[in-house]
Amino acid sequence: MNPQSFGVLVDHVANALPVGIGFTLNASGEQSDFVRFNHAKVRQPGTVQQGDADLRLIDGKRHTTAQLTLSGNAETDKARLSDSIATVLALLPQVPEDPHLLLSEEVHPTVQSTPTDIPSAQAVVQAVCEEGKGTDLVGIYAGGTLWRAFANHHGQRNWFDSGSLLLDYSLVHSADKAVKSSIGGTSWDRAELASSVSVAKQQLVALDKPSRTVEPGSYRAWLAPAAVAELLELMSMDGFSERAHQMGASCLQRVASGEASMDPRVRLTEDTAGGLGPAFQSAGFVKPDHVVLVADGKLAGKLVSPRSSAEYGVDANGASAGESPSSLVMAPGELATEEALTALGTGIWVSNLWYLNYSDRNSARVTGMTRFATFWVEDGKIVAPLSVMRFDASLLKLFGEDLEAIGAEIAFLPSASTYGSRSTDSIRVPGMLVKALPFTL
Amino acid sequence: MSDALIQTFREALPAGPDHVSLRWMDKRETLLTVRDDVVQAPVLAHDVGVMVTVHESGGLGYAATADLSPSGLRAAIERARQWAKAVGAISVIDTRTLNMPAPKGEWRGPMTTSWDALALSDRLDRLKRACAAAGGREHIAMREASVLSSITETLYLTSAGGEVRQSSVAMTPEIEVFTLKDGHSQRRTLGGLRGASRQGGAEILDAFALEATATRVRDEAIELLDAPDCPTGTMDIVLAPDQMMLQIHESIGHPIELDRILGDERNYAGTSFVTMDMFGTYQYGSDVLNVSFAPDEPGEFAGYGWDDDGTKGERVLLIENGLLKRPLGGAISQARAGINGVANSRASSWNRPPIDRMANLNVEPGDTSLDKLIGGVERGIYMQTNLSWSIDDSRNKFQFGCEYGREIVDGELKGVVKNPNYRGISASFWRSLATVGDRSTYEILGTPYCGKGEPNQVIGVGHASPACHFSNISVFGGEA
Repeated sequence: MNPQSFGVLVDHVANALPVGIGFTLNASGEQSDFVRFNHAKVRQPGTVQQGDADLRLIDGKRHTTAQLTLSGNAETDKARLSDSIATVLALLPQVPEDPHLLLSEEVHPTVQSTPTDIPSAQAVVQAVCEEGKGTDLVGIYAGGTLWRAFANHHGQRNWFDSGSLLLDYSLVHSADKAVKSSIGGTSWDRAELASSVSVAKQQLVALDKPSRTVEPGSYRAWLAPAAVAELLELMSMDGFSERAHQMGASCLQRVASGEASMDPRVRLTEDTAGGLGPAFQSAGFVKPDHVVLVADGKLAGKLVSPRSSAEYGVDANGASAGESPSSLVMAPGELATEEALTALGTGIWVSNLWYLNYSDRNSARVTGMTRFATFWVEDGKIVAPLSVMRFDASLLKLFGEDLEAIGAEIAFLPSASTYGSRSTDSIRVPGMLVKALPFTL
Repeated sequence: MSDALIQTFREALPAGPDHVSLRWMDKRETLLTVRDDVVQAPVLAHDVGVMVTVHESGGLGYAATADLSPSGLRAAIERARQWAKAVGAISVIDTRTLNMPAPKGEWRGPMTTSWDALALSDRLDRLKRACAAAGGREHIAMREASVLSSITETLYLTSAGGEVRQSSVAMTPEIEVFTLKDGHSQRRTLGGLRGASRQGGAEILDAFALEATATRVRDEAIELLDAPDCPTGTMDIVLAPDQMMLQIHESIGHPIELDRILGDERNYAGTSFVTMDMFGTYQYGSDVLNVSFAPDEPGEFAGYGWDDDGTKGERVLLIENGLLKRPLGGAISQARAGINGVANSRASSWNRPPIDRMANLNVEPGDTSLDKLIGGVERGIYMQTNLSWSIDDSRNKFQFGCEYGREIVDGELKGVVKNPNYRGISASFWRSLATVGDRSTYEILGTPYCGKGEPNQVIGVGHASPACHFSNISVFGGEA
């Protein structure tokens, strides 16, 4: 699909509709290679060509959406759109008016197109197997082109396309001990792969020693950026959502009310301009470049979808229906990465966290596990890998009174999610040194 | 469509490959929602496409496309061939050693009354009644009634003449109420994470008594606002079926998935504390624990006749009297591991390849009524409906939370407690299973949301279970 072929479908919809019926058309698609590795060999390789469209028809305040698969063949897709139009037009009279419908009526056309240089996936696969030879490499390569598009009856057209690749992998030492890493971007560099695997191999050496188990209790901890990202991703599920706050269902409810706050050094921003995804959403609103969410440790903004805007009477700010960030950035601090071990002293070096969920959402209390390379550290030196441990901690404390230092370097972590389609989300975060990470099991 | 597709597939088959399969899926879903008495815009989804899989030169390759034209299908076969030939020498398994099934047959899931055939206005009226039944009291921050319905048709063809047609209709009703008082909120639902999913039609809404359930859910959500926190300590718990489904799923289902044991998932969903040598020898739970793989359980959410690699679905006891007997592993995993498994090779859609999944995974009922189950507890908590779940990547150390708890003192149900949570370790937890409820406590449940795989796949699973009593569990509540 390209802007011209998308335009053909848009014109077909516009011409097929009776007078007085409006529409929005959101579409997306990708041509992706997915190659799964295990033991540095190939488990499942394949290619997926897919496209889909959400066609919403609007009659005043009545509206209904049809989601359909796009084949990539113009005549087939026009026929499928015609079928959807007929189905929805027949149903619309039975649908009550929606008092919370809000659609963009201003026309903001945009085009975002990223030039890319995606290699043959088969060449990547050969390289991964060669570099991984002699290791227990497991993971996935996902690469190819993807596109997102929007149009409506006001004449707005938005287009986004990108090519990207991501090799997300682990070198496994034994059982659940492993080093996790990834490389990716808009082009392929064999030397970067070699360097990444080489570094991971060096880190594997630290896992040679027998694992240590610590008793439940609170420990000083350095949370590497990937671990901080896990905490922020859970916080992002409802922390910045206008709807969740209105329902009292946000983990940051106490921050919003002023009853609690985070450390004044914590600053969180939805940075669409610096992210990887499209700058428009499904109702036709264009996203602002930045929305500051937390500043000086206080809730400074929320993500407001058009629907929440209409329902709660607050201004929309281009948020998607889920009202969670797609390109979250946490501002860096002053602790240099090479000084983190020394600053930690004695405690836990946590490379990754895993499977977070709430123990008590009202108090922002979360539980989760350490995963992959986590180490016991004494006097600034790694002593032994740590067996996986369960923590149960308040997000407000980790980002508040227990926050000792924020890392000076930010890691850019593109989402590896491929549920349904390849994600364009990303997060940029530093590491954090915390005074107390409570382990429970 | 399917007859034309069959002809195109047969005509397009190349001579070289050892095995070619085509999996066509056509799924129609409708999501209807009423929130705070406002009908949300209906969403009607129609997804259709095919996946072609080729075994050639010792390798496996797949290609998925929504272009169902003869040229689109031929192109997909060629892409899959290219992959198979390219990776034959660097594959985890030599596909020339596989003997893939070539099944023939037809399977159709149960349905009494079509929900989707009802007029849209009638369907919305039913949800409006349910939403209204969840209202009318103070402290309600949000109330919602919804139904996700689906009609799925699949066709599986193989180059050896296999041809299987399957169809199913499924319903996922949900009631969700948030209450709010003095800055403190509580959530109560019908099924937790859409856990009231079943195959069938409108009769499922009656089975779950949608309107009456909405009122109960409302009242319990309000009740929780003033309830004390769940006490902390080591005590007994009785888990209702709508928490048992999560307990089964996370700490039996995932650990015994063969692809996890073989290492495929170690970069994402994780590994397993279960190892190959445990099958046939490991005492997974107490001797009252019996766990079945049951694709034939009538009306359960993940029922089917054949899996997505063409293996016929048959009921098998995976854990018998506490002894671990078989893994959840499909045809290819079985060949890799050299062990018998089950027909659980499943794909979330046409655009994802089959992997080892749970389908219907159930705890078999015992012979104790709920009254006697509760009566056997001196001090403990009766927990209902999953709210929170977290487990380590070996599926061992877990922490689960529920929406609603009742204290049990000297064999009697007492007051409501909020934020009931418990922790345990899978390897020892099931050995603390003291008593299994009888069929009167047994419920057939399921959820559309089980995530796993690279590329990621979310798929529906069914879990049926009686209420169960566990001894000496670490229990705790929320933070004040």
